[in-house]
Amino acid sequence: MTPKLGLSAAQIARCRDLAIEVAAGVRRETERFTTVSTERTVLRLLGVDGVDGNEVPIPNRVVASLEAAGRLGRGAAVWMGSALAAGAADSTAAAALLSDPARARALPEHPRWRDAVAPLVEATLARIRANRAERERRLAAHPPDELPLLYAIVATGNIHEDVVQADAAARAGAQCIAVIRSTAQSLLDHVPYGATTSGFGGTFATQENFRLMRAALDRLEPELGRYVRLVNYCSGLCMPEIAAMGALERLDFMLNDALYGIIFRDINPLRTLIDQNFSRRINAVAGVVINTGEDNYLTTADAVEQAPAVLASQFINERLARDAGLADWQIGLGHAFEIDPELEDGLLHEIAQAEAAREIFPDAPLKYMPPTKHMTGNVFRGYQQNALFALTSVMTRQHIHLLGMLTEALHTPFLHDRWLAIEQAKTIRRNARHLADEIEFRPDGRIVRRAKEVLDGAETILRRVAGHGLFAALADGVFADTRRPRDRGRGYDGVVRRDDAYANPFLEAWSQTPAEANA
Amino acid sequence: MTPPAREENVRPYGDKKGDGAVQVSFTLPVAKSAAATEAAKRYVAKMGLREPYVTLAESIAPEFTYFIVYARATHDVDMAGIVAEEAPAAALGREEIDRELSRRFGRRIVVLGCALESDAHTVGLDAIFNMKGYAGDYGLERYGAIDARNLGAQVPVAEVVRLVRETRADAVLVSATVTQNEIHVRHLTDLVDMLEAEGLRDRVVLIAGGARVDHALAKELGYDAGFGPGTTASRVAAFLLEELSRRAATASPA
Ligand code: B12
Repeated sequence: MTPKLGLSAAQIARCRDLAIEVAAGVRRETERFTTVSTERTVLRLLGVDGVDGNEVPIPNRVVASLEAAGRLGRGAAVWMGSALAAGAADSTAAAALLSDPARARALPEHPRWRDAVAPLVEATLARIRANRAERERRLAAHPPDELPLLYAIVATGNIHEDVVQADAAARAGAQCIAVIRSTAQSLLDHVPYGATTSGFGGTFATQENFRLMRAALDRLEPELGRYVRLVNYCSGLCMPEIAAMGALERLDFMLNDALYGIIFRDINPLRTLIDQNFSRRINAVAGVVINTGEDNYLTTADAVEQAPAVLASQFINERLARDAGLADWQIGLGHAFEIDPELEDGLLHEIAQAEAAREIFPDAPLKYMPPTKHMTGNVFRGYQQNALFALTSVMTRQHIHLLGMLTEALHTPFLHDRWLAIEQAKTIRRNARHLADEIEFRPDGRIVRRAKEVLDGAETILRRVAGHGLFAALADGVFADTRRPRDRGRGYDGVVRRDDAYANPFLEAWSQTPAEANA
Repeated sequence: MTPPAREENVRPYGDKKGDGAVQVSFTLPVAKSAAATEAAKRYVAKMGLREPYVTLAESIAPEFTYFIVYARATHDVDMAGIVAEEAPAAALGREEIDRELSRRFGRRIVVLGCALESDAHTVGLDAIFNMKGYAGDYGLERYGAIDARNLGAQVPVAEVVRLVRETRADAVLVSATVTQNEIHVRHLTDLVDMLEAEGLRDRVVLIAGGARVDHALAKELGYDAGFGPGTTASRVAAFLLEELSRRAATASPA
């Protein structure tokens, strides 16, 4: 792909250097802590699952108990290993013991705790490796995917109904199916259990729901002659737990933004940045493509004004992702087509921003989001906005194309809303197949000028964020005009200081395999 | 041909008066077939529409067919009998409202704003509150006579009630955006119930707003007014002025 905008390579390199400074600052401020969700994830990866009689997940029981016993700072794995070494028959028995704070407090740290957990760690690592290999095998069995990948959302609230909708969407041409989570699941400090049939604006992310949808999409594969990707959300208070569940059930894409929960859900910044690192490490080894959420900035603030903040955030997300071991092909940076359709030359701005993202992150599977904010009850105008979006997507070689719904302003999509969207995107993708190859931009034209302006703006923001640190920038409202102080927000009480002997065998295993290719 | 509409009655207009031209689209959960298309026509007939012309019958999934149908409506509606429910308020400008509020109350009116419980949508609420306002109309924070406190989104009902007590709020403005499975009705109702239980309901003017909210719904749920899409702060402020004045007049026995 030849660059068309003439953006300065030196300036792009400067932005990446600033992002390195930002990420280093984040690491300095977070490395002394773990979180309740990170420790629950460790437990899940060690095979602890299920709920008690009150629907409280066992990983929550154990973590609460270890916290009450004052022992969480050493890491849940240490105590699981100690319980096993002291005679607990398996992870279920060890979890049962640790769920009682008195017994957890009385349990001595066993010198051979590592040996005791090693088989459990290895079993999980093997399952994740096997899932990754299976995905690769399935993908290789079919012709390469047509790009951009068409990504559809289902959100009925009932996993069984979602399966019906996903089946229809995949048959119509959707290549990725995302099950939107129920409203405010991100604020739950536990992951619900089992298959679920009621939700608001979406369906609960549970491991069983993941399994059911995965099986449904796999069933379609022979008939469709292609692999259908499954997407869910690892964000919110249970970010790393959901990453773990996704790795165990072979999800392919995970929404996994470093800042979304902080800005849009008022989740504590420290908690989120600790959890995003562990969840990204899991996604990295699982071969998952993460999707970041910069598109969301454009829904609350003006899309023209916020364009530099989106780009700055992409640089930061890229760096934090690379630091967590993700390779560039796994970093699906997000952005969106959200400019007010009343604006003259709005389309030119959109093209400039989309093409700039493409050229600045050439190996990233960019995730391009449709118009939402300026969608109205005029569904016919909406269909037209979505057509402009789809054309821009093909013309700037976006990788993942989230289908725009003509009824965006009304409801979560009906069956035929989704079908109309898929038809539209397929028609445009076919008709404009080689448009990108044919286009050059005037070096002094509006599109090139706009792209440069956005990059300049991003550099200015990155300089400010690098100077003050990401936490200060969040507190100042640099992103999406929203202010989030470091010691406020949901889940702050779940941030736990590590003690000197803290251990997390999974982090240790994965930190040894950084993505050298990106160093 | 369908008979023409009576003079004062109305009926959809396509390209001549009284033709009743309508377009409908829907999906039937049946596989595409001639019988499915006939079912669509009969379905449309049951809606009271004549001469159905099925312009699209498309298989959108193995057991689902999508239809676009053009047809003619035969029924009509009497305009004369219609009273539309809208929050009663004169159209006043910000300066005038501010002046009147100060003159009549001699103190700053405390107005709380929020989205409840799981609802994280703030843009509509901010449009009413923020200085900058919406569509060129300044938000409540710009009003000198209003102490506007935007609590943001995801505020628990109990927290709102606590703040009503603590701040001696004159009004609470609730934004409700997510409506799937009637979740907004639940949260809006919970607030009324809890305010009533605490004996605070009559002390505050309660206003609801959002893309799917209207005055009739808000009244039904026990609110004083409801505002839908396109609302500007000055309309809400004008309603506050009227409602607070009305309450002051009934409360103080002259
Ligand atoms: C922006 C947006 C978001 C942003 C919100 C960011 C933020 N800080 O607000 C983000 C990305 C976070 C988001 C998330 C979700 N969203 Co959303 N979102 C939207 C979107 C695109 C625009 C809404 C908006 O800002 N409109 C602009 C404002 C100015 O309009 P307004 O709200 O109608 O406000 C006006 C009037 O209604 C009125 N008004 C509003 N409030 C009040 C209050 C008072 C007191 C008064 C007087 C007047 C008033 O005055 C305003 C100015 O005129 C809509 C789609 C659309 N185009 O409408 C979906 C939409 C509202 N979201 C939806 C959903 C389902 C969700 C999610 C639940 C999805 C999920 N499962 O994760 C999540 C979860 C959010 C949650 N927990 O609540 C659905 C709601 C469906 C329904 N009817 O139930 C919509 C319609 C999209 C869709 N088709 O599915 N969303």
